[in-house]
Amino acid sequence: MSLSSHEVLKIAHLARLSIDEARVPDYARDLSNIFDLVEKMRAVDTHGIAPMAHPLDAVQRLRPDAVTETDQRALFQSIAPQVEAGLYLVPKVIE
Amino acid sequence: MHTFSLAQLRAGLDRREFSSVELTQHFLGRIAAHDRLLNSFVTVTDDEALKAAHAADARIAAGSAGPLTGIPYAHKDIFCTQGVRTTCGSRMLRDFIAPYNATVHEKLQQGGAVMLGKTNMDEFAMGSTSESSHFGITRNPWNPDCVPGGSSGGSAAAVGARLAPVATGTDTGGSIRQPAAFCGITGIKPTYGRVSRYGMIAYASSLDQGGAMGASAEDCALLLQAMAGFDPLDSTSVDREVPDYRAALDADLTGLRIGLPREWFGEGLDAEVARVLEAALDEYRRLGAEVVDVSLPNSELAIPAYYVIAPAEASSNLSRYDGVRFGHRCEAPRDLEDLYKRSRGEGFGEEVKRRIMIGTYALSAGYYDAYYLKAQQIRRLIAEDFRRALSGVDVLMGPVAPFAAPAVGQMSEDPVQMYLSDIYTLSVNLAGLPGMSVPAGFAGGKPVGLQIIGNYFEEARLLNVAHRFQQATDWHTRVPAAFA
Repeated sequence: MSLSSHEVLKIAHLARLSIDEARVPDYARDLSNIFDLVEKMRAVDTHGIAPMAHPLDAVQRLRPDAVTETDQRALFQSIAPQVEAGLYLVPKVIE
Repeated sequence: MHTFSLAQLRAGLDRREFSSVELTQHFLGRIAAHDRLLNSFVTVTDDEALKAAHAADARIAAGSAGPLTGIPYAHKDIFCTQGVRTTCGSRMLRDFIAPYNATVHEKLQQGGAVMLGKTNMDEFAMGSTSESSHFGITRNPWNPDCVPGGSSGGSAAAVGARLAPVATGTDTGGSIRQPAAFCGITGIKPTYGRVSRYGMIAYASSLDQGGAMGASAEDCALLLQAMAGFDPLDSTSVDREVPDYRAALDADLTGLRIGLPREWFGEGLDAEVARVLEAALDEYRRLGAEVVDVSLPNSELAIPAYYVIAPAEASSNLSRYDGVRFGHRCEAPRDLEDLYKRSRGEGFGEEVKRRIMIGTYALSAGYYDAYYLKAQQIRRLIAEDFRRALSGVDVLMGPVAPFAAPAVGQMSEDPVQMYLSDIYTLSVNLAGLPGMSVPAGFAGGKPVGLQIIGNYFEEARLLNVAHRFQQATDWHTRVPAAFA
């Protein structure tokens, strides 16, 4: 499998990652090599085999639908890059 | 004091031969003297450690000490610690101070253990060499030109050089066992769900598992005892009693059935490593064990399956780093998309970006079935292989890595070569089984680890099997000359 520079840029966009333009060919080469490794799976017949999402095939535990958390907004926002009046600040989204 | 076992340290503290403050100062002194070379710590917490040591001494004096009260340890910098930064080896979290404690940290603190500092690691635990940290590479105490393994390389190097008696680690694809092997120490990755993942920064959530690293199986048993147990804060934590690991250590091994996966002893395994493992198996025969051949036919598929599942889960887990709520934020973003992209682009290193992109692609529209679903099906084949192999034997034994510690820079240039070297450890995480690495000898002057794998929740058996070997051998007591 060979990923093009265009495909690498598309993946980077989907992942919301800026990558150095000059490094795009390196990423294309490395990711292509990795997917070549991954391609070995294709030769295996897995028809009818249930996918295994959890090693012990466990399911999520449920708990009563009751409030257990207290408001810690000030604490959590104390580590945010930019906040004002209890709000996270980001560049303007809507003109 | 730095060559004492935890049992000897406990006895020394309880008999007032030394105080926790003296013990802590001793290890802090060793870190100050040696860690410039090794770079095994990202953050050394001198002040906090001495404060904790004073509190431990008071607790010992009051007669209310637990097994780890006053015992220093090194903490992998992936466990969130209130008041002390948790970097995960990343620029993204360079100044991150968690607003809460990981459950593991909470348990160790309540037990009165003394944290010496936070250890270096591959960025976000993605790597097998500890070369991808934003805080520089960590070096192997047995040979500073070699890597300590990864991702828990800082913890392994610190214990290997006896800069800390024990350390925490995490293992998603071998990150406890492989660095333990490379640094000549003992490490145990428990069954998935045995140790709480709460506050342990997520890489691949269906594979991540915390565990213990120390000189010996006995030391690991004591540390794991304090770390393990059900935690309602982790939805995948298993509600099952934790047995007394130390009580089970001495059980006789006569009649123990050891399975050797024949696929693990073929091509690709270094001849000298194979010779060390053969000698270790002879030792087990002398201890009364029987060694038989077993098969793990889908062994090679562990690499492709892992390198889809882990990056897929990582791409989802790491989407939380958005430059908005915490972590690195770029300067003067033009718009929201620019904020996301540049904050993440600047905050993450190369290997993390590669894995996020692999995962993003594997989960993208039209590819999900071909990659993620297929990998999960193969994961079941691999788990079934282990179930069959373990049905006729008590434990499996084999290599941890195909070779002893490689030179710095040798592996990190080519990600595929690095991934291939994880062949013997990945499948254990995919199956969710417990696995250990035990020092078994040397190849070319570098330590070699023996891997021991057991059935689900049989940590006590693994520690017993490792402990009896360590009663008969002294590999685990060897310390590199420069750190004696």
